[in-house]
Amino acid sequence: MRRRRDSNSIRVISATLCRDWVAVAWVIGLLACSGPALAQTAAISAPIDVTYIGLKVERVLPAFYLDQPPQDEGLQGARLALSDNQTTGQFLGQNFRLNEEIAPDAAGVVDAFKRRIAAGDKLFVADLPAPVLLQVADLPEAKAVTILDATTHDDALRAESCRRNVLHTLPSRAMLADALMQYMMIKKWSSIALVIGADPADKDYADAIRNSAHKFRIKIVQEIPWTFDPGSRRTDTGHYAVEAEVARVTQDVKDYDLLVVADEAGNFGDDLAYRTTLSRPIAGTQGLVPSAWARPFEQWGATQLQSRFEKQANRWMTDNDYGAWLAVRAVGEAATRGSTVDPAKIGDFMRGKDFDLAGFKGTKLTFREWDGQLRQPVLLADARSLVSVSPQPGFLHQFSELDTLGVDRPETKCHMP
Amino acid sequence: MTPRIIFAAALVTGVIFAEPALADRIFVSNEKDNTITVLDGQSLAITNTIKVGQRPRAILLSVDGKSLYICASDSDRIEVLDLTTLKIVRTLPSGPDPERFDTSPDGKLLYIANENDNKVSVLDIAAAKIVAETPVGIEPEGMAMSPDGKTVVDTSETTSMAHFIDTATNKVVANVLVDSRPRVATWSPDGRQVWVSSEVGGAVAVIDAATHSIVKKIKFDIPGLTSAQAQPVDIKITKDGKVAFVALGPANRVAVIDTKSFEVQKYILVGQRVWNMAFSPDQKRLFTANGVSNDITVIDVADEKATKSVPVGRSPWGVAVAP
Repeated sequence: MRRRRDSNSIRVISATLCRDWVAVAWVIGLLACSGPALAQTAAISAPIDVTYIGLKVERVLPAFYLDQPPQDEGLQGARLALSDNQTTGQFLGQNFRLNEEIAPDAAGVVDAFKRRIAAGDKLFVADLPAPVLLQVADLPEAKAVTILDATTHDDALRAESCRRNVLHTLPSRAMLADALMQYMMIKKWSSIALVIGADPADKDYADAIRNSAHKFRIKIVQEIPWTFDPGSRRTDTGHYAVEAEVARVTQDVKDYDLLVVADEAGNFGDDLAYRTTLSRPIAGTQGLVPSAWARPFEQWGATQLQSRFEKQANRWMTDNDYGAWLAVRAVGEAATRGSTVDPAKIGDFMRGKDFDLAGFKGTKLTFREWDGQLRQPVLLADARSLVSVSPQPGFLHQFSELDTLGVDRPETKCHMP
Repeated sequence: MTPRIIFAAALVTGVIFAEPALADRIFVSNEKDNTITVLDGQSLAITNTIKVGQRPRAILLSVDGKSLYICASDSDRIEVLDLTTLKIVRTLPSGPDPERFDTSPDGKLLYIANENDNKVSVLDIAAAKIVAETPVGIEPEGMAMSPDGKTVVDTSETTSMAHFIDTATNKVVANVLVDSRPRVATWSPDGRQVWVSSEVGGAVAVIDAATHSIVKKIKFDIPGLTSAQAQPVDIKITKDGKVAFVALGPANRVAVIDTKSFEVQKYILVGQRVWNMAFSPDQKRLFTANGVSNDITVIDVADEKATKSVPVGRSPWGVAVAP
């Protein structure tokens, strides 16, 4: 969650870069099509089209200045998964094509979406904020398509706002919060203080933490709204002001085990550590972060995905890249396992019992049938070290231990018509 | 120096005075230590720790029994350990990121899975030259030569296939789709079947080598564990072809399978994250490398029981036993 844009933050993509994307996509397509001809390779199918649909958003100057979110976040993950699909596809005569549609505004997204549907596309990877995602999912012509939401953690999209034609590859905020609370249980840490940023996404994150804390009986000793101007620390001597502010808001707080911060845009969360009145570790959107993917993660063959990604993109893989990789790979895996190039059948297979995806997390990833969420372990890592992976040992479940994270079938508020 | 001390010193420095009864030596590659641990087969005492290239993974005895080949994955090369001097005497090109390999029956060629490069490289050992490359699926790992030397099978982890490669042409002749993340391929001694383990799929596929069809999928139902915890990796089949041992990774167990009925007879508890294994030359014992508990476990093959665990280096990956 840290270092990612949310629906409020903004992404700028230059026209030059867009041209480059087209060029790169063309070269990848070419390479894939000219892949080595092998014995027993079936005739190559017509391409299975996967359309990556993103909203080009303008990013405000971030308060943090290290590791700024890359401009091609998400897309690079989709491209890597395309080349993975192609390599497998060549042995089975299956051919995949990634269409990249990045629109400047919601209307542009809707237009692009309609255009691709008219062209026959049925498989979409969405890099869209929740309201725009719902706008396209609710179009009458979108009824028979599958939209893989690759970049949101939004709980409402997996509950009251769920849609039959939408699947989610990244963990929900509820799953992230549960992953952290399970770890607290293992450590026998029983209380938190919760610092909440001003963005709507921060409120959602705080809601997830509250629900999870209640579920695992972890006490929230105090909620601390963060109102301090995030830009302040970057002025001369700004660090004095920040240190004083953190000390001020934490000085009268009753003792707690962990300071949990809800700051998805990364405006201030990195400024809390070492400055609190009590010396307590930080977790949440900064510090010890529950996430789908993390830079220090190298287990279960993840080293291979990390290095393949770095070779392609010349940067580290982020959560959104991983979400998009999972989405495009899910299409490839469903085509391969379901022995079909029919996009409608691919969509059905993904939701079926025979589908599973290997996501470098040491276990099968499958979609929950009640809300379209991809079941998966959640990493707990800081910038330099993988601390743990949830579900924690001992959290048992009747069907899948992965369902101890997030909203389980009996509690779901998703009732698809 | 008393004779006793001289004897002890001989044990520590190697095998110069080793008697036949003590001759078995166990070699373990330690992935995170960049070393090979050498243990005495009888006493199980560590006799040597040899520095090798980076991230040593698969290790393999040469056909003549004089050398040990080591995949130094992050050094992008194969190293040759002389088993008399216990020194690295040669390095061989391997293509990028060699993970596992197997040798031709005449001992002249090595077939190497290049994990980061989606291909199998064929190395002429004497000439130290890559003589052929075969493109395969993503993250090739398992490599297994058929007893007759005519077919080598590679598994690709992300593509989830076993690729059958004709060694005369170095071309893929068949691709068999198996469950997710296939790690290891092993031929039955009669050359009729190839057993392929799928780590994430949690199954072993038994493939008919002639028809390339899957004749059986073996699943693992371990009391007290979820099915997701049974992640099969290495497979070893006894010379008589009757019993297969399958290492189950984080289930910390080795399954014992009757190769006729394909039924699991037993689960043997060993160290943590058991991955790769090797028989002693007489096949009376099986050694398992346990990557998380940093030890090896000795299994008595006849009794199907673990008899002892011995600490080695960090993240032990592969085992080989030299007579």
